[in-house]
Order: sequence, then C-alpha cells, then structure tokens
Amino acid sequence: MSEPLLRVRDLRVEFALARGTLTAVDGASFDVHRGEALGVVGESGSGKTIALRSIVGLLPRGAKITGGTVEVDGVDVTAAGEDRRRELRGTTVSMIFQEPMTALNPVMRVGDQIAEEPLVRLGQSRRAAKADALELMRLVGIPDPVRRAEHYPHELSGGMRQRVMIAIALSGSPKLILCDEPTTALDVTIQDQILKLLQRLQRELDVALVFVSHDLAVIAQTCRRLAVMYAGQVVETGEVETVFREPRHPYTLGLLRSVPDFDVVRERLASIPGAPPDLASPPQGCRFHPRCAFVQDDCLASAIPLLEVGPGRAARCLHHDQAAADARREPVVAGA
Amino acid sequence: MAVAAEAVVEAQIVEHRRGFARRWYRTPSFVAGASILGLIVLAALAAPLITNHGPTSQDLLNTLQGPSSKHWLGTDDLGRDVWSRLVYGARTDLKVAFLAVLFPFSIGTVIGLLSGYYGGWVDTITNWLVNIVVAFPFYVLIIALVFALGPGTSSIYIAITIVGWVSYARIIRGEVLIAKRRDYVLAAKSGGLSDARILFRHLLPNVVTQAIVFACSDIVLDILAIITLGYLGLGVQPPTPDWGRMIADGQTFLTTHWELSTIPGIAVVITALGLSLLADGLADLLRPE
Amino acid sequence: MPEALLELDGLHVHYAVRGNLGRRLRGQEAEILRAVDGVDLTIAKGETLGLVGESGCGKSTLGRAIVGLCNPTAGAVRYGGEELRAKRARSRRRRIQMVFQDPYSSLNPRMTVKQTLSELLRAHRMVPKAGVDARCRELLDLVGLGPRALDAHPRQFSGGQRQRVAIARALALEPELLIADEPVSALDVSVQATVLNLLEELRGKLGLTMLLIAHNMAVVRHVADRVAVMYLGRIVEEAPTDELFTNARHPYTQGLLRAVPRLVPGRVSEAEGVVGDPPSPIHLPTGCRFHPRCPIAQEPVCSTNDPSLAAGSAADHVAACHFAWTERPPTHVPEVIEEAT
Repeated sequence: MSEPLLRVRDLRVEFALARGTLTAVDGASFDVHRGEALGVVGESGSGKTIALRSIVGLLPRGAKITGGTVEVDGVDVTAAGEDRRRELRGTTVSMIFQEPMTALNPVMRVGDQIAEEPLVRLGQSRRAAKADALELMRLVGIPDPVRRAEHYPHELSGGMRQRVMIAIALSGSPKLILCDEPTTALDVTIQDQILKLLQRLQRELDVALVFVSHDLAVIAQTCRRLAVMYAGQVVETGEVETVFREPRHPYTLGLLRSVPDFDVVRERLASIPGAPPDLASPPQGCRFHPRCAFVQDDCLASAIPLLEVGPGRAARCLHHDQAAADARREPVVAGA
Repeated sequence: MAVAAEAVVEAQIVEHRRGFARRWYRTPSFVAGASILGLIVLAALAAPLITNHGPTSQDLLNTLQGPSSKHWLGTDDLGRDVWSRLVYGARTDLKVAFLAVLFPFSIGTVIGLLSGYYGGWVDTITNWLVNIVVAFPFYVLIIALVFALGPGTSSIYIAITIVGWVSYARIIRGEVLIAKRRDYVLAAKSGGLSDARILFRHLLPNVVTQAIVFACSDIVLDILAIITLGYLGLGVQPPTPDWGRMIADGQTFLTTHWELSTIPGIAVVITALGLSLLADGLADLLRPE
Repeated sequence: MPEALLELDGLHVHYAVRGNLGRRLRGQEAEILRAVDGVDLTIAKGETLGLVGESGCGKSTLGRAIVGLCNPTAGAVRYGGEELRAKRARSRRRRIQMVFQDPYSSLNPRMTVKQTLSELLRAHRMVPKAGVDARCRELLDLVGLGPRALDAHPRQFSGGQRQRVAIARALALEPELLIADEPVSALDVSVQATVLNLLEELRGKLGLTMLLIAHNMAVVRHVADRVAVMYLGRIVEEAPTDELFTNARHPYTQGLLRAVPRLVPGRVSEAEGVVGDPPSPIHLPTGCRFHPRCPIAQEPVCSTNDPSLAAGSAADHVAACHFAWTERPPTHVPEVIEEAT
C-alpha cells in the first residue's frame, strides 16, 4: 500500500468566540491516495468545509488548528510555517470553490488569471504561460478559448466561470485538488457537465480529489471513497459502494434514508429526529446519541473513537452492526 | 407518524446570537461614549444642584475673577459664574441639538420610506429635492437660512430640518429598496396586509437602525453647527447660556483670560467625542445579523 | 374529471430591460426579458403539480404571478373561473398562499412567531379576537412546533424550524391553493425530509391543492401527481409523474433526467445530459427555443418553427417538440452557438 498523498489524523480546529471556544472540527481522520477521489459528506455544522480548508491553511479569522496532523505529500503542514504552506498552495494542492463569482478576480481577464500561476510562480515566459492557459481552457471544455481568454468573469455564464476556476486550479499541475461544494450553486445540467469534466480530468491527469458536498448522489457519482462527518467528527469512512450498501453508523443510515432517491420512490422519507448539537457544548459520549435509534447505555459513557470495522472501513460507533443490519433488512439504495 | 412524534418533541430553541441587551457592555466604544455623554447629560440635568449661582446673574463688582472657592471656574466679563454658564449651556445646547436631530430624522425617514417603497413620481420628486439641497454646502445653507429667518432657537430648528432631512431620506430609501424585496415583505403583501401596515410594521423597524446610527453622528454635526451659529450671534440668543456664545464673548480676552473661551471649547470637544464614540458603538451593536 | 381550481391562460410576464430609451433612440429594438412567455396550465382541485426547470426558466415568476406579487403582461390567471390580477381583494388573497424558498429571509426578524401569525389572523378576521392565541397554537401544532415557539424570534430557530413557521403562516389564512417555491432547497438533507413529509401530511389533512416549484427532480418525483417542465418561459412537457420520469418525450426533459446524479454508486453515466449553457431570456433563439442545445434538432424545421404542446396517444401527456411523438431523428452533438453576453 503506497503512502497516501494526503493524511489527516485527529484534526482539531477551534474558533475563539466571545462566549468561549467552539470546536468546529474535533477528530477528523482520513487518507487520500494518489489519483483517488474522496468525498466528504456532511450537513451544515458538520465541519467539513473547515476541515477541507485546514488542509491548505485557509482558515477564517479566529480559527486555529489546535490538534492533530495534516500531511501533504509527506510534508507536515500543521507544523510547517506559512511559507511552506504557501509553497504548496497552487502547485501541489489547489482548490476550487462554490461560488466562482467571488473566487475569480472581477477586474482581470480570465485568460490572465489562468496564466497567472505559471507566469508568476513557475517563472514561465509570458508567451509560454499564455499558451498554457489556452491549452488548459481547451482541456476544461471552454469553446473558442482564444476569444474567451479576453473576457472578464462577469461576461461568462456560471458554468463557464466554474470551468475557468478549474483551469486555474490545474495551472500549477497539482497532485491534489480540494473541491469545496463546487457544484452546489449550479443548475442540474451544468452540474452534470462539471462533474463529468472533473471525472475525466481525474482519469486523464491522475490527480487526487477531495470533494466536499452535502449531496450524497453527487458524491456517489464522483468519488470512490467517502468520509461522513457529523458535529465536527468523521463518523464513517469506506468505499462509497460498501457504505451505501451497509452503512456502519446510524447517522449515515439516517442520512441515506432521508434523501429522496430518484430511482426508489419511497412511501415516506425517513427523517432524523432532533437537530445537530451545539458545538460549543456537544453531548456527552457519542455526539449522535440523542438522535440515535440504536442508542444504549455505553454510548454516553465516554468519547467514542473511530473504530476499524473492516479493511479500509471505519466507524465511530460501538454498535455499528446495528446500522448495518437495519440496512440489510431494508435496503437503502436501489440495486445495492 | 414521525411528524406527530416530532410534535411531541419540543422544538429546540437554539440561542443563536446574543441580543443587543447582552452585548452592549462588551463594546468599548459604546461604553466609553455612553459614559462620557452620560456624565454630561447628568450634569446638565442636575444643573441647579451643582451650581451655586445662576448662569445669568451678573456681579459687576467681581468681573474676570480667576477660579476661587466661590466661583470654581471664575467669572466672565459681566461677573457671571463660568461653571454655572458651562453647565446650563450644556442643557441648552444638548436640548437644542437633540430636537434639531429629531425633526429631520422623522421627516426624512417617512419620505425615505415612501419614495423607496412606491418609487414612481414620489421617488422622482424626492430625488430632485435631495439633489437641490445637497448642492449647497451644509454650513452655508444653515447660516443663510438662520440669517434669513432671524436669529433664535426656532430658526435653528427650521434651518436644520430643511437641510438635514435629506441624509435620512437617502439612507432609508436605500435600505427600503433592498428590504422591500425580502421574502417576508412579499409574504406580507401576498397575505393581503395593507401598504401602511407593511411600511410601518415590516419595513420601518428593519431599516431604521441605519438612520439611528447616522443620527448619532449627525447630532455631533448639529451641535457644532449650533455652537457656530452661537459664535456668530445667530443662534441661541442671550441671556440664555450657550457655549458658542461663551466662546465668542471670551474671544476679546484671549490674551488675558484665555480660559473664558477655551473652557467651553473643551466642553464642545468632549461632548462631540462622546457622541462619536457612542455612534461608533451603536453602529457595531445595531449591525444587522 | 376533477374540477380545475387554477387556470393559467396564455400567461405572459415580461420585464423591460434598462436602457431601452437609449436603444430606441439608436434605432435598436427594445430589450424585453420574457420571464414567462405564453403558459397555459391547469391545476385540478386536490392535486399536487410539480413545476421543474433550471434558473431563468421563469418558474418563480410564474408562482409570483399566481399569488399576486406581479402583474401579467398578457393573458390571465383564473381562480375558480374568476380572473385575478396582482391587485386583488383581501378575500381573494386568502385563497392562494405561498411558502418561500429562503427560510432566513421569509420571516420578519423583528417579529415573534406569535406576532407574525396573529397579524394575519386579525387582518382577515379569521377568528374572533379572543380566539387568536388559541388559533396560533393550533397552527404551530399543525406544523409540529410546540407553544414555546410563540414568543421566539426567527433567529432562535434552525432553518427547518423556520420553514415550518413559514408553512404555518401560509396556512393561517386557510388557503385552498398552496404554492411552495423551492421549499426545501435551502435546507439540510435530513431536514428536507421532515419538511417534505409535513407538506404531504398537511395536503392530506387539509385537502390542499399544491403547486410545488423545484429544481430537484427527486423531490418532485416523491411529492407530485403531475409534473410540468419549464424552459425559457414556456412549458415544454407535462405529464403524470411516473409517465414523465419513465417516458419523457421532449429532448430537454430527457437531458434533464440524464443529468440528475443518482444515489447508486459507481454508475458513471457517460450519456451526456444537456450541452451548453442556458440562453438568456432576453435574446431568445428563433424557432424552437431549445434547438441550439438539442441533440435531435433538424434543420430547417427546428430553427424556424416554434412547436406548441401536443399530445400523443394519451391526452394527459403533452410535449412541445416536432419529434415528440414521431420517429426520433438521429442524435448528433449540437454545435454550441456563441452566446452574445
């Protein structure tokens, strides 16, 4: 088993608020190998976006990594200084965001923005950088690149802007691309185009992806492995197919049952009772226990570690066989 | 079935943000401003209790005295107690400034509401009027108006109102243009609520905070304008004590008794500072979620 | 034949784009944004119609025209046979109510839940003054919220709870037709289920007729009896739900269905959804509006002739395509036309 390209272990990120500390991420662990796509699924407040941004150190003001390690291509970025992290950004690791209109510079032509990385960071000549930019635009499927390169972001449609952002992310030849809900704000047909583009690029360029989303179906289509986050913790990891067929955490099970599936029209959508906990004062023991259908006494006793439940499979649950049994009894996913 | 069960489970009322009431003491600018202003207002209110002499009682045998136990800050050229004039002057000036802000605030807010909500010719006329007023420098217009209306407190009110409503109207109109597209306003409309109800119950409370914040800094401007008018002899008329008048009167004695002008001058500065801090603090606290 | 409750008759909602005076002076055509451009639609009493489409198709504008927040430029909105314009009597307003998309802006932040609800109850004299409090509690109970919510402000609630309050508000006037404009898109996945279940339950309990506007096909499939697909201001296909999802006849609907990501892992669908970007509602293509992106578009008919909704063998399935019910022409990759921005 080759060394993972990205190794996150027990990551903890805290916010200093007026009313105390808020631990947005408290125990996130996952691996991403070369050329692999990992999906990180969670709802609002799960910590998935913060966890993603910690990988490159792009945390909002007031947030700090207070525990755990993040290793990118062998480099411990949590211990390294800002300079080292900046070196990695754009070259080894790059990022694409949800809202292209805010992520792109509105007063710079898109061609120049794509050429910026090679020109400034990699020291290429202006002509070479421009040629690279055009090539990248072709790669991401932007028609008539020569003309489009002269456009400003507001002159392009949403889908085009997202493609430009992907081109920028690719301009430094990264080994890993972090995707922060890149298709959430897009129409279904455009989302489909972008997802297929990402899949194609991943195959052709052998680049690894960490894809954060709240949409299970999008993750199912794009990633081979996934990590489920709840209340700041990773509660389950494994291959998408296996996790869908046999989830080992009650939250994953609940989530799968509550999604209106295109193919399986259920009589009634199961919902998860209650609400996610306040991260400033999470529940004792298992954070999901107040909403769990399978809760038992030992679930409240102490913090639950991420347990290995199979090869490449982990779940933060003492009674993970319950969730699995429930899924076998009443399959969650069609054709599973 | 599940919904019924959820009905039994009480809604978790999550405390999201602390309201104003719990945050004000954590905002240093607000606390500082409120303290300074509080002290001044307190002194102004307690004027009779903290002064030994009336502000207008002259003592021609004891003019231009330095500070003493009888007159804490000395006397002016007519033998009037400076401390007393200072404190009563605060009363006058603060009261006039407050009322002078209230009128433009109210009128400007209503005009802003109507022109922002209805648009059309109401808006066109409002914008036209705004542009006319704004074309003139603030002080020039105020002074000209007071001069034309004849010096005195009522002229001050009229002049400041005519000039001042404009800023409030613009602020409120801008906020209304945004707020009227919010879903809760659309919901009120589709719920058949009357325009008046929507304007005053739904829009006004949600747009007025910006005007309130502006009013706090506006009052500083107004106080300075009143002082200036007083200095020019166009404002509050004697014998009513007024800091501007005091500064003007003390000018003649700048080389010998500089404190006669300087002390009220410092009072103006401190008051303006207090109001500015208060405005800053309020802006922080009232910032929309 | 269930009676028609709502009828849209040739509905058009157009907006003038700014700068038209300048254009006219230069001898150019005035630019018009055709948000809704000729819609005929009927909703029968008691049914749930799903209206789907992507951004710019006009579905939200349609909802607003029905509920009376904007005026039709042409055509009519008819409710129970009576034409309704934006300015309508209070008694008419009661009949149609709307639940909005964004739970964070659909409630007045400065009013408590009780104030929001009682304001409507009193304005329409729904109950005598003494009964307002009790009715507020009933409404909250209907949506699964306890009486503690009465004195709370919106900021104290989660997104899902706010949406429930919004539903309670919509129901306060006891409407017959409820328009839900993307009621769950802004909510977390597990919360969506709660709200959808609630809407289903209320529909049955109160005998509501519902128009559900959504872009999420899976949600629509779950909730709606019939589905209408909108594209650039027109309805391009309409059918009972199962029929639409299994036997879509319009190329756009087919592409849309192909584009929806499925929950089945590993199913990497290579089939292209829909190519290109949606054109703007200001500069409409000639002929069939979809033809620039259509994989079966045929010259010259598709670029000159605008197809109207036509039925196949079953009267309740209509599609606006020249080839909807005939032999399907060969597929080709559409040449993506450069859009003038």
